[in-house]
Order: sequence, then structure tokens, then C-alpha cells
Amino acid sequence: MNNFNPLKFWHSFLAMPNANPVKTIGVAFLVALVCSFMVSFTAVTLKPLQDANRLGESVASLTDMLDVLGVGIPEPRLVELSSGAYAKRDPGTQVELLPDQDLAGLGKIETVSTVYELSEGGRIKLVILPVRGAGYKSTLKGYLALKEDLNTIAALTFHQQDETPGMGARIMEKPWQALWAGKQAADENGVIRIEVVKGASEGVHEVDGISGATRTGSGVGDLVQFWLGPQGYGPYLARLKAEGVR
Amino acid sequence: MSQQNQPLIEPIVAANPVTLHVLGICSALAVTTSMSTALVMSAALIFVLTFSNAIISLIRHHIPKSIRLIVQITIIASLVIVVDQILQAYLFDMSKRLSVFVGLIVTNCIVLGRAEAFAMKNKPGSSLLDGIGNGLGYAWILLLIGGVRELFSAGTLMGFSILPLLEDGGWFTPLQVMALPPSAFFLLAMLVWAVRSLRPEQQENVSTIENEEGAP
Repeated sequence: MNNFNPLKFWHSFLAMPNANPVKTIGVAFLVALVCSFMVSFTAVTLKPLQDANRLGESVASLTDMLDVLGVGIPEPRLVELSSGAYAKRDPGTQVELLPDQDLAGLGKIETVSTVYELSEGGRIKLVILPVRGAGYKSTLKGYLALKEDLNTIAALTFHQQDETPGMGARIMEKPWQALWAGKQAADENGVIRIEVVKGASEGVHEVDGISGATRTGSGVGDLVQFWLGPQGYGPYLARLKAEGVR
Repeated sequence: MSQQNQPLIEPIVAANPVTLHVLGICSALAVTTSMSTALVMSAALIFVLTFSNAIISLIRHHIPKSIRLIVQITIIASLVIVVDQILQAYLFDMSKRLSVFVGLIVTNCIVLGRAEAFAMKNKPGSSLLDGIGNGLGYAWILLLIGGVRELFSAGTLMGFSILPLLEDGGWFTPLQVMALPPSAFFLLAMLVWAVRSLRPEQQENVSTIENEEGAP
């Protein structure tokens, strides 16, 4: 036998009858290979542009929120989540969450996060916390603004989601987001109670769910609870309260 | 020449995929709330249809019959993902307005229909033209319905004010029904009616319809 000749091999492969199982599997494999290459090439090359678009969207959403609340420009601060202390820099590290801690379905979260504080005469008037968590079929990203008592919700907005259009995706609508304003996150004993309920909401800890989007709604409730809790901004908010937000 | 260009010209009116074959209706209803969404959707479909037709025609002699549809759908789906990624990178707001409907081009019957009916049997060159022709046939209908709906629901065309609205000091009161999906259905039905009245040969034979209804 001569040396293996790839060109000859290719021609004999093409010359095989289409019903031949070797040819069938070969064609399927080649089509899949070429198509996956095409898809991954586009996805990887365009990712920086897409990320920039999403970042622009989150900035626009923050600016919108400030406009609606009618407040000035807040100051961004780095906060170490576990201690609640201000951090000098963001090491970019992440920490794994145990399943029973992971209410928002994130798997792991950053150790240092950026929050936005608005102060007046040395006293905090408003804090804006970036929040995210699992919805029904996508990760929801948004901002939660708390009033000066650090318990009353001033606003909740979302800027990224991929929920079912017309159902879960309605969390993006202003009228639904407006339901959150004025709600209380925790009760008088400090237990975080805020949740999204089916049907009519009662009291200051409940928000009306969207019909047909129960799981997106409970995802939103869970992520707010998570980020206000001990794994999220809980220690930071506790420190602000202890330092005398009064 | 006319013989060569037939695959390009014929699907625009004479064998239009929407009015004659009544394919691609779901997206024609969903993305025609404005002319700009209709335009981007049409461009996306023309891209997918042209390349899927050309690629499938290029390898048509080597596609085993048993996995024919799988190979076609793999190629179509990959092209659709590429278009979706490009829109998310360069036309981000538009890709959010079109939401799932770009992804749903995979299930648009025009694409698989042309692959099966034309690209599997014809040379790459005429398959490419057939793709462009059918894409254009789909596009002008989308643009027409999108234009009418945008004009009467918002008084604008491509975002430019044509009919000054009452609330802005003009005289035009928007027709809310035009913003809702049923209006696209009515407009499409009237369009099919108009095309088939002008070209009676496109009307379905009444006796065949009765036979089909009688069939199990």
C-alpha cells in the first residue's frame, strides 16, 4: 500500500453512495463540525460588543432610576460583602454559596461589590444596590434602592432578563416595578419578609405577582431577600444602621 | 436571461411565499407593529434564506436522504444564531424589540420549504437567486403591513411623523386596533384577496378544497 493520501481519501468518501452508513455519519459529523465552528466563531468575536451594550443598558437603567426618584448623582462605594466594610479595591474574587444559602440561585457571588450612596449633610439619604438572581429561565439583573431608614424600598428596576415575552418579561414594565415603592423589606424584628405573592397582596411586605409568571415573580422576591440577607448586603446595611443612620 | 432570473423574479408576486403559499405568517403578524422592525426582520430572513439555499444546494448531492431534514435544519439554525448574535452586537435595541422572533426564523416555513422544494434540486447559483427572491417577496409584504400599521397606530413611518397626532396639537387620533396582532391578520387577508383578485390563477380550485375537507 502507498502512503495515505488525504485527497484520494476525500474523493473516495464523496464517491460513496449516500445510503452508505459511513457516508451518512461522515456527512452528519462534517456538517455539525462546520456549523459549530461558525456559531462559536461569531459568538466569541462579538461578545465584547454585546457586553458593552449590556453595560450601557445597566448605566441607562441606573440614570433612569435616579431621574424617577428625582435625586442627584450618588457616590459609588466598594463594599466587602462578608464584613460590610468599605473596600479599597475590588480583588475580583468570588465565593461559592452553599445550596441552603443560595436563595437567588447564583452558585457563587463576588466578594466585593459596588453600591451607590447618596448622602446629605453626612447622613445617608438613599442607597442603590445592584441585585441579580435566577428567574424562570434566565438571570435577572437590576437595581434596588432603599430609603434612609434602609428598610423602605424606594424603587426596584430591572435592566436584563430573558423571560417569556408577555409573561415573566413584564417585570420590565414600569407599572409593575412601581408596586415596589414604599414596601418594607423587614418587619419590626428585623426579619426580611418582602415577597411576591399570587393574587392580591396584603400589607407592606407583599407585592402583587404577575399572573402567568409565578416563578419569575418568586425569583424576584427571592433575589431581593437574598441580597438584603447575610450573604448579600445584610452586613453592610447593619453596619450603616449601627453607625447611626438614626 | 429571463430564464436565468426567473428564480429571483417569480417569488416576488407570481409565486409569493406569503400570499400564494401562505407561509411565514406568524412572524408577519408578530413583527409588523412598525416599519423598522419589519425591515430588520426581513433583512435577517433574506440573509438566512439566501445562505441556507446556497449552502444546501452546494452539498445537495452528498446529503443522505435519511438525515436530509436534520442536515438542513442544522445549517438553518446555525445561520439564525449567527444573525441573532450580529443583531445583539450591532443593533442591540432592535434585537430586544424583535425578542424571540429572530430565533424563530428557524421554524419559518419559508426557509425549510425553499430548501426542500428548490435548493435540493437546483444549482447553487439559481438557489441563491431563489433565496433572495423569496426573501424579497416576504419583505415587501412585511414592510407594507408594518407601514400601514405604524402609520395608523402611531401616525409615523420609520419613526418620522407623517400624521400629526391630536395630543401633539395635530388632528390625527391613533387607531389602537392597528397596534394589536389581529389588525395584521385583517391586513394580510385583504392583501391576499387583492393579489388573488388581480391574478385569478392563484385562487384555489373550489372542488379541490371541498375534496380536502371531505378527506379524513
